[in-house]
Amino acid sequence: MKAFYLRELAHARAGDKGDTNNIGVIAYEPHYYPIILKQITPERVKEHFRGIVKGRITRYELPKVDAINLVMEGALGGGVTRSLSLDPHGKSYSALILTIPVEVSEDIAAELMLKGRQPL
Amino acid sequence: MTTQPPRTRTLRIGAGASYAGDRVEPATELAARGQLDYLVFETLAERTIALAQMERRKNPEAGYNELLADRFLSALPHCKKNGTRIITNMGAANPSGAAARTAEIIRELQLGPMKVAAVLGDDVLQYCLDNADRLKLMETAKPVSSLEGQIVSANAYLGADVIVEALREGADIVLTGRGGDCSLFLAPMIHEFGWREDDWNILGKGQTGADMVECGANVSGGFFADPGYKEVPELWNLGYPLLEVEADGTIVVSKLEGTGGLINRATCAEQMIYEIHDPANYITPDVVVDFTQVELEEVGANRVRITGGRGKRRPEQLKVSVGVLEGWIGEAEITYAGLGCLERARLAEKVVRERLRIGGVNLQELRIDYLGINALHGEAALPLKEPPYEVCLRFAGRAREKRDAVKLGNEVETLVGKGPASSSIPRKHVREVLAIYSCLIPREAITPQIMMTEVA
Repeated sequence: MKAFYLRELAHARAGDKGDTNNIGVIAYEPHYYPIILKQITPERVKEHFRGIVKGRITRYELPKVDAINLVMEGALGGGVTRSLSLDPHGKSYSALILTIPVEVSEDIAAELMLKGRQPL
Repeated sequence: MTTQPPRTRTLRIGAGASYAGDRVEPATELAARGQLDYLVFETLAERTIALAQMERRKNPEAGYNELLADRFLSALPHCKKNGTRIITNMGAANPSGAAARTAEIIRELQLGPMKVAAVLGDDVLQYCLDNADRLKLMETAKPVSSLEGQIVSANAYLGADVIVEALREGADIVLTGRGGDCSLFLAPMIHEFGWREDDWNILGKGQTGADMVECGANVSGGFFADPGYKEVPELWNLGYPLLEVEADGTIVVSKLEGTGGLINRATCAEQMIYEIHDPANYITPDVVVDFTQVELEEVGANRVRITGGRGKRRPEQLKVSVGVLEGWIGEAEITYAGLGCLERARLAEKVVRERLRIGGVNLQELRIDYLGINALHGEAALPLKEPPYEVCLRFAGRAREKRDAVKLGNEVETLVGKGPASSSIPRKHVREVLAIYSCLIPREAITPQIMMTEVA
């Protein structure tokens, strides 16, 4: 097993509604999707987003597009319109989630390294 | 009123804007070359309409999109020539004012005869004030009457039905206020194909396509590029998207040849999940959409076919955005550079904290960020391997009274000369807090109306 940033396996986009932020995480390849399902759990994301997400995280699955949707409550400093953050919408959280380290098999590690991606 | 047999040909709907200040020329390009049946401008974020209500209070003729004239002066001649109808929420807090200005533009450009519809009825401020003890806020589960600040606006999210009605009455241009963003795109599909308003699956398919383009260029390469990972051709020349809709609800999202940007499975997947919660239950005024079975198929360069969208019965209640004035935010920043810059910035933080305490400045919340280190992600940020060469120290504080927000900026400003050595000149800024809350009201509480203006 080797560890890579999630960024090597997936791309992401984050958006807002009130004090809730959601992040769509989409696997670059269908065979990366099971790794994401197994390792990018609500518990793991909550730990990674320490200091940011105050409420519950719910994960939804969209297997037809190899994606998950993470819905994070209490994540926007009390709401977009009152927040003191430079990023009140949490649009940059898509970049934060891609810094989670994930473990991959030697086969997938070799495949990623062929693309020029470096393990941690 | 015109009646027509349901359409069988492909329907082409362009997305010409996705926020109040969006670029003007991509829509003109779509109007000129897109062979569009409809051109939609979506320009209202949650807060935009509350800001527009405040504009209208100052000036009864204002309160609609400030770029309306720019957009129409450049796109309308093409739309008239190509038989393209326009649907937009640029009416914001003043759809009738927007219609009056639009009629002037039509006369100026001698494009008549044209019919301009203003959709009214989304303003439910009086209803919300009258029922403030009973209506519960979705954010706090407390009644509207529990809000401490001054309520300045309440606007309901209207659905596609009233836009469809305006199209049936022959409107060439429909100007609305608050409505579901997707409804602007769904309305022409319902009108042209004669979809039944309770055929939830077909509406779900239509709304899936609408969701794909309601954020404009977000599906065609905007907010997507990440060099080395996700490349976007000519990002500076993004083509805005258009939908090619069939009568059975099959939809292709595409863009004009010769424009920059990118439409593929990845851009569509990002946009489909953007700002949704449960993908099996995405609530719109017209239908509850289920995205979980949607398939995205690349059927050509910058062409993706969307199938598998589904729908369920529409909600009984409509969402309302309530705008509330909740005080003031003061912001200020100062940058330190060179060896020891982080230590000097930390000392500057201490100076400002002490000055605020000594001065008795009353802030409800104070936030201090070190830009370049952890401003966006706080303690979750990856640690730096070396000290930064420069760091921007940013203060933001929320106060009930304006004077306290102003004092925060003043204390940062006086760091030059009275704080640590070697900084930039600070910048400061004060703004009013216009917070948005949501509640639900029964459909029966709203009576949408259409005001039609015929320009000869």
